Amino acid sequence: MRSGFNQGIRDGMPFVVIMVPFGVLFGVLATEAGLDLAQTMAFSSLVIAGASQLTALQLMEQGAPTAIVILSALAVNLRMVMYSASMVPHVGKAGPGTRGLISYLLVDQTYALSVETYERRSDWDVAEKVRYFLGTALPVFPCWVGSTLAGAVLGTRIPDAWSLDFAVPLAFLALVGPMLKTRAHVAAAFVSAAGAMALAWIPWNLGLIVAAMAAMAVGAELERRAE
Amino acid sequence: MSDYPIWAIIALLGVLTYLTRFSFLGLVGDRPLPPWVLRHLRYTGVAVLPGLVAPLVFSPGSEADPVKIAAAATALLMGAWRRDVIQAALGGALVLAAGNWIL
Repeated sequence: MRSGFNQGIRDGMPFVVIMVPFGVLFGVLATEAGLDLAQTMAFSSLVIAGASQLTALQLMEQGAPTAIVILSALAVNLRMVMYSASMVPHVGKAGPGTRGLISYLLVDQTYALSVETYERRSDWDVAEKVRYFLGTALPVFPCWVGSTLAGAVLGTRIPDAWSLDFAVPLAFLALVGPMLKTRAHVAAAFVSAAGAMALAWIPWNLGLIVAAMAAMAVGAELERRAE
Repeated sequence: MSDYPIWAIIALLGVLTYLTRFSFLGLVGDRPLPPWVLRHLRYTGVAVLPGLVAPLVFSPGSEADPVKIAAAATALLMGAWRRDVIQAALGGALVLAAGNWIL
């Protein structure tokens, strides 16, 4: 009866290894940037997206306008629309409350595990699929919030000599590396980096937004031509 | 940092991010995304993050820091090669620490 749930928990466990360092990093950097504990924890519990949270933090450190902070951090999260769409065939028939909860917990890890497992378990009904999804979220979500808390508490005690200012770029590049799956992804990444540098003169950090849109267009166009 | 309406940013970003996740599950339902939209969405990650990082690595306007550039290259290439975020981040951090210690 609870097999889907238990299997979800088991499958979700290994991802804790990835979530903890990012959660701690966000907690530390948010605290060092001057966010209080409640703000730091609210960030991780409401947004639940490491790259997006660190993007917002980084742009605030740079003094970008509020609208750009939100727009850029949101752009990083637009892939969630894709996740949402690919979950519908599996759990779209669940009740509205359940779908609301699934949406809240729909992050890279829970999404990737669930969709992959659903493809293999065509014998599962909607309820079993929902249980599996919630199972994957059980280790992942508390771990994200808990590691943020650990980082926030730790943040004030880390010596300045550790030069954590370069931790965000390294974390982002470590995230981008595995995303470079095709030539189109590499080209998009290049346009993004080169574009942001070349357009740095545009006020209010708008150059980043323009570069990101150009990069998306280049990636999509190269993919279309490759088909 | 204190100049920002932090709570408003958190709340707005939380609501908007929730809406991206809720978009199809709660609002649109079982209708496929048009292929051209899907094609663009697949590149959101690689379209934003490198642009955010590049100016921090190359610090235009001031002297280039070879240690930062080497550490950044290590993290990116190790991530692409090993497909493992943790190994890539640790590799970059090691190069950064070693470089700063030597130079």
